[in-house]
Amino acid sequence: MIKHESIETNAGLLIILTLVAISIGGLVEIVPLFYINDTVEDVRTKEGYEAVRPYTPLESAGRDIYIREGCFLCHSQMIRPFRDEDLRYGHYSLAAESKYDHPFQWGSKRTGPDLARVGGKYSNEWHVQHMIAPRSVVPESIMPNYPWLLENELHYADIKKRLIAQKRVGVPYSLTDEEYEENVKRFGPEVAKWLDINRAEENLLAQAQANNYDGKPEKLTEMDALIAYLQVLGTMVDFKQYDESYFVKFRVSKAGGTDSE
Amino acid sequence: MSTDSNKPAVQTTGHAWDGDLQEYNNPLPRWWVWTFYATVVFAVVYWIMYPSWPVGKSFLGGVKTITFQTSSGQEVTTHWNMRARLLHDLQNGEEAVKQREYLEKIANSSFEEILSDPDKLAFVRSAGKVMFADNCAACHGAGGQGVIGLFPNLVDDAWLWGGTLEDIHTTISQGRRGYMPAFPQFAENGKVDNLADYVLSLSGEQGGDPVSIKKGEAIFQGEEGGCYYCHTKQATGMKSLGSANLTDKIWEIANVPGAKTYEEKRAEVRKVILGGIQREMPSWKGRLPDETIKILTVYVHELGGGK
Ligand code: HEC
Ligand code: HEC
Ligand code: HEC
Repeated sequence: MIKHESIETNAGLLIILTLVAISIGGLVEIVPLFYINDTVEDVRTKEGYEAVRPYTPLESAGRDIYIREGCFLCHSQMIRPFRDEDLRYGHYSLAAESKYDHPFQWGSKRTGPDLARVGGKYSNEWHVQHMIAPRSVVPESIMPNYPWLLENELHYADIKKRLIAQKRVGVPYSLTDEEYEENVKRFGPEVAKWLDINRAEENLLAQAQANNYDGKPEKLTEMDALIAYLQVLGTMVDFKQYDESYFVKFRVSKAGGTDSE
Repeated sequence: MSTDSNKPAVQTTGHAWDGDLQEYNNPLPRWWVWTFYATVVFAVVYWIMYPSWPVGKSFLGGVKTITFQTSSGQEVTTHWNMRARLLHDLQNGEEAVKQREYLEKIANSSFEEILSDPDKLAFVRSAGKVMFADNCAACHGAGGQGVIGLFPNLVDDAWLWGGTLEDIHTTISQGRRGYMPAFPQFAENGKVDNLADYVLSLSGEQGGDPVSIKKGEAIFQGEEGGCYYCHTKQATGMKSLGSANLTDKIWEIANVPGAKTYEEKRAEVRKVILGGIQREMPSWKGRLPDETIKILTVYVHELGGGK
């Protein structure tokens, strides 16, 4: 009458069946994502190039610092499609906007504000001031001080390797001429230059030089990289070009339901 | 050990470990079992109502629908999904409809009409407060008091770029860059002290050496310093450049009010002259809707009292 005895008294079988049972929950959620074609929105610039591009070398270095410092422990980068978040932060995050993020920074710990659209919201000077001493600009802030970011020189000797690592997991940085040409087609000639791994160091220095994010032109600091990253967050897609219903389409089933458009 | 003889005999699983360790096989409490069945039923209803199971290259959308409008006013009905639901909320939600009514009124009114209508003004005050907190307070402070040396005070009635509604509207929508060059060449020869003495004397600070003030005035008003190009001969500043009025007692950059002695005040002014100023008010045109900028304009104007 009791059949589970044979399972419970056989450790090997028990392990296998346990694994099967708990995998079902994960598989049901993950596997379809590989088959459902259009969860990631197709968003374009006015010229018809892909709007969402991989990070430039400097932004990418900044992102590594963001992760190193654990900013994600207090900040999400995922504006949810709720009215209050729309009013506070702007348009909800698209899947496309984090498609080159490895690992993504969506997060769910919201001690501080969401940062998905912080790019362009504040000036570089504000960011510098806020990073070294948040309470000097927002008296009630509980964010820690990060004064060393303005002192540490940016270590970028390994930037090519870092970009190559990203390329391995599918981020379209280019190494060969063919890849470069492909990027020119996808992202346009201007952007393609920034994605060329062979020119990574040169590009990194040029961007830092041109923008002087940290207010110290003579020195390339970690602050330069971090602010370059913060200033690009959420700025790639021009939402004015689209009717809102366009983004809904990417969440509507082609198989069933009542899509009566 | 044998089973407790006081308790009614219960079933065991029949397993025995270590010779005599046995496991009861009591039926689950009835409430638990029914709750379990109820969750199963709930799941099935949920699958039918909402997007759920993957099918081929797509998924089942569910029977629950939601309707919203495209920007051209066309009605679209789709199966329930969060994005459509947000649009529906923004277009038809009770709060949103109420708010839109006001936003439309604001959009269709001139600044004067807003200021003279207590109902609209009350809306601007309450909505503006939230909008200011979300977008501006990080720099200008929660109450608009600013941070001396970094971000201007919007509560006082001194304006770098002008305090009329039109000026403020331009400031917010287009952003502003405050720029004054650095004058390191005056460091060595003591001329920076002359300039600082002169600048302090303009706003009535006592304690400067009259000879030094005279020298400073000559540099300021002459070609050597050329300060008057931006600050004007009267040193009252120019709205078109955002160059500070140096004759009032309000300080934007040099923390003169925070300094105790004359020497400290002079050091503050010296720092500004030697280091220059470069700061930026971001532009909000692309970022915030037109009505929001309009509301903020009136809100900020109310904070400072237009001049
Ligand atoms: C202990 C939690 C905590 C950590 C860790 C933290 N922050 Fe914050 N952050 C906050 C809080 C709270 C605020 C809101 C108050 C303020 O503006 O300081 C904030 C605000 C911000 C803002 C302004 C957002 C806005 O829209 O006003 C930025 C940008 C930011 N943080 C960046 C960072 C970066 C970059 C790091 C990592 C180097 C970081 N934060 C780490 C808590 C944190
Ligand atoms: C990144 C920081 C920052 C943010 C955010 C910011 N401002 Fe400013 N704002 C400045 C700076 C810096 C100036 C001074 C520019 C200059 O030096 O001339 C300024 C100037 C102004 C002025 C002109 C003051 C004068 O004396 O003429 C107004 C008005 C103003 N801001 C309103 C706003 C409003 C409204 C918002 C929110 C939508 C806002 N600011 C957000 C930094 C900021
Ligand atoms: C190119 C134009 C320009 C020139 C030349 C210039 N200034 Fe300025 N100055 C400005 C502007 C603009 C500001 C306000 C900047 C801001 O608020 O962001 C300012 C601010 C100041 C302040 C700070 C006032 C305060 O409220 O804290 C002082 C002091 C000052 N200037 C003195 C001088 C002196 C002395 C000279 C000549 C050696 C000079 N300036 C030349 C444009 C100029």
